[in-house]
Amino acid sequence: MAEPILALKNIKVNFQTLDGIVEAVKGVSLDVKAGETVAIVGESGSGKSQLMMGTMGLLASNGSIAGVADYRGTNLVGLPKPELNSIRGRKITMIFQEPMTSLDPLYTIGNQLIEPIMHHQKIGWDQANARAIDMMKLVKIQEPERRMGSYPHEMSGGQRQRVMIAMALANDPDLLIADEPTTALDVTIQAEILELMASLQKRLGMGMIFITHDLNIVRRIASRVVVMRYGEVVEEGDAKAIFKQPKHAYTKALLDAEPSGRKAPPAAKAPKILDGTSVSVTFKIGGGFMAGPPLLLKAVDRVSVTLKQGQTIGIVGESGSGKSTLARALLRLVPSEGAISFEGKDIAKLDREEMRPLRKQIQIVLQDPFGSLSPRMTAGQIVTEGLLVHEPSMTSRKRDQRAVQALEEVQLDPKLRNRYPHEFSGGQRQRIAIARAIILKPRLIVLDEPTSALDRQVQSQIIELLRNLQKANNLSYLFISHDLAVVRAMADHIIVMKDGRVVEQGTPDEVLENPREPYTKRLMAAAFA
Amino acid sequence: MSDVASVSPGRSLWADAWARLKANRAATFSALYLVLMTVVCLIGPLLTSHAFTTIYPDYVRTPPSLAPYPRADTIEKSLRDAVKRARIEISGWRQEGARVFVAVSSAKPIDERVVRYLDRSDTFEDAKVEEKSADGLKLTMSGRVEHKYFYFGTDNSGRDLLTRTLIAGRVSLAIGLLAGFVAVAIGVVYGATSGLMGGKTDEVMMRIVDILYSLPFIFFVIMLVVFFGRNFVLMFLAVGAVLWLDMARIVRGQALSLRRQEYVQAAEALGVRQSGILIRHIIPNLLGPVVIYMTLLVPQVIILESFLSFLGLGVQEPMASWGVLISAGAKNIGTADWLLVFPSIFLTSTLFALNFIGDGLRDALDPKDR
Repeated sequence: MAEPILALKNIKVNFQTLDGIVEAVKGVSLDVKAGETVAIVGESGSGKSQLMMGTMGLLASNGSIAGVADYRGTNLVGLPKPELNSIRGRKITMIFQEPMTSLDPLYTIGNQLIEPIMHHQKIGWDQANARAIDMMKLVKIQEPERRMGSYPHEMSGGQRQRVMIAMALANDPDLLIADEPTTALDVTIQAEILELMASLQKRLGMGMIFITHDLNIVRRIASRVVVMRYGEVVEEGDAKAIFKQPKHAYTKALLDAEPSGRKAPPAAKAPKILDGTSVSVTFKIGGGFMAGPPLLLKAVDRVSVTLKQGQTIGIVGESGSGKSTLARALLRLVPSEGAISFEGKDIAKLDREEMRPLRKQIQIVLQDPFGSLSPRMTAGQIVTEGLLVHEPSMTSRKRDQRAVQALEEVQLDPKLRNRYPHEFSGGQRQRIAIARAIILKPRLIVLDEPTSALDRQVQSQIIELLRNLQKANNLSYLFISHDLAVVRAMADHIIVMKDGRVVEQGTPDEVLENPREPYTKRLMAAAFA
Repeated sequence: MSDVASVSPGRSLWADAWARLKANRAATFSALYLVLMTVVCLIGPLLTSHAFTTIYPDYVRTPPSLAPYPRADTIEKSLRDAVKRARIEISGWRQEGARVFVAVSSAKPIDERVVRYLDRSDTFEDAKVEEKSADGLKLTMSGRVEHKYFYFGTDNSGRDLLTRTLIAGRVSLAIGLLAGFVAVAIGVVYGATSGLMGGKTDEVMMRIVDILYSLPFIFFVIMLVVFFGRNFVLMFLAVGAVLWLDMARIVRGQALSLRRQEYVQAAEALGVRQSGILIRHIIPNLLGPVVIYMTLLVPQVIILESFLSFLGLGVQEPMASWGVLISAGAKNIGTADWLLVFPSIFLTSTLFALNFIGDGLRDALDPKDR
């Protein structure tokens, strides 16, 4: 067996906070050999990122690390910065989650690639430039010479992540640490990036540490898996063995977290709740006084949707396909063309005031459980805000009772209702958002990617909750997601969107088992590979 | 309901920020210093035993000292000055303890009321006639030497600088706080409305701000002074009315980005009215930057007021502000430097403290630090 490149022994990471010391990592040991991919899997908060950040000396100012991180005989923990810098960024490199923010928007891609190459390899600009172009070719960016002059905002998320990989590989590292590199990307692009990383890793023979919460990815890329929970390693071993025979209960739970089950379609004569005919949304970009005519962008192009009582329509598509915009148009939150009726009443031409009474019937749950709750309000205030609007005569005592009821319905301890959003976990926050929607007893809820920011396990709990709520209250859902596994478990009718148009629709079996459109096939391949 | 009783309390972001602010030593110290400064300015003038308007002709431009005045060598001069004013001759004097005895003579009989001349002098008090010759041409009177303390010295008219500095502190701090609040109140409501409404309304509202920006500030203040006369309240208005423009722009920018937050969209989907969104969502969430900006605004106001006073457009004599005192001190820098030093120390230390608090608040409220 080859010598390990990096061997972590009993690494501990602590954070000094206002509430005392928080132990993020409680003594973790693991090692990576050349040519090996180790995946560190765990929910958010399991300390998997902090472990590697600590090793690389990138902790926040209130963090501290103890233990031994042995890189080819050098202990990285406590190494002075100049020496650490000769290893970090050169021999051990990192890729982060957000391709949007990891690149400096003020410099061209070329600049950002060449700079570190010149710095670490002590070579001139011309050589570094040639090396940078080679790297761009390596990560399969089209027309690398032209792309060198582009700014980050001119590239898509996937391309940016490729640039990040090129940067990380430019100095021939021994070890690449990838911290959720594909989480922010669309599923189809995710698949491409993973493939690229796997092939590069084989070709260059380096070690790789892959941090993720998504077991799907692990299955595809890792040779060894380390499962972390609450800052400790609960299970470690060969990837195949772990997937076949997980030993620890937590690993089993993670593996079973894949959403399962199907939803039966509603009765054929169920009344129509929402009916949109040929709905279009056009955004104006630029234009105005002295700027010439604006650029018109059709975000949604003549889409028709009919939602029946008790039905769940899943809207699937990549980011930018117009699925969220369609939902907002149907809710009259963005201006649109076409006919929209709610329970037989035409609502397309209603203004703000006339829409207000109807808002009680139509609710929305948004994607980001961090962004969709106002940080300055307590959970109780957030949940009852709708009551202030629609039942203004209600006493505060009665409102409080309703909040307790709603929180119980979403299985959240009502005693926590005086807490603020930042004191809750992602899953709990999403429950609060759902409580806010159901407290008004709506007929229809639009769920805009309600589970995509959550860990798998929490995801399946939320899906379970949504299904139960639907059964209990005969709700209709418009379920937007890019995650086909979730949609399959939730929806009884699926609409696939691309570039603002519907490319395919039908029951989950029709669409997912026998996709006709190449686009749907690609989505399927990426999701269930 | 049993739940109502046993609700566990939450810790708001404000409470978090407060805890972090308390951990910041420079900010805590500055806050204490400011409180102390405020208390001293409020209570101090009552304890200095001088009124800020009292003029002591005997003590013009007296240097600061911890020892009491008059000094031994100046007693004779004050005595001679006082007696000279009575148009009588001094024939001899001696000091016994706290009292000074002076023998005077005149060609005409001396009225006993001459003792008033001694009383009128700032140096003596409790003057009385000790003995009088039979013909009334000679008289001995005595007066107690009055001890006065001028810790900060006196100004050109012989007024106690300590008292005046403290009184000036009241004015400067009041203007700073009130004009700060005026600016923040107008700026927040205006900026938040503009940012939230967006579109044409936003356009029009911000163009109005631009127009007001383009008015020269000094010109604006001079106009106000011309039309309404010099007035303390006017100062608040003038300064506040100009400084809310910055505030409005900052707040508008914040509101624009807050408007795109998902919780605002969620509120819209709930059917919450614009006013409700403004009050419940936008304003509480932009208070962080506003509080920070305000601590930096208050020093700005104090300096602006000083500047106006320096130009002679600010508060009027005998009232004073730190700006007025500094401007007077600057004129006497060669001969009486204490007139500049003491008010400057008060002003700069206050500004320092405010800036430290602003810094501390920014660190405490910055969510990126979390």
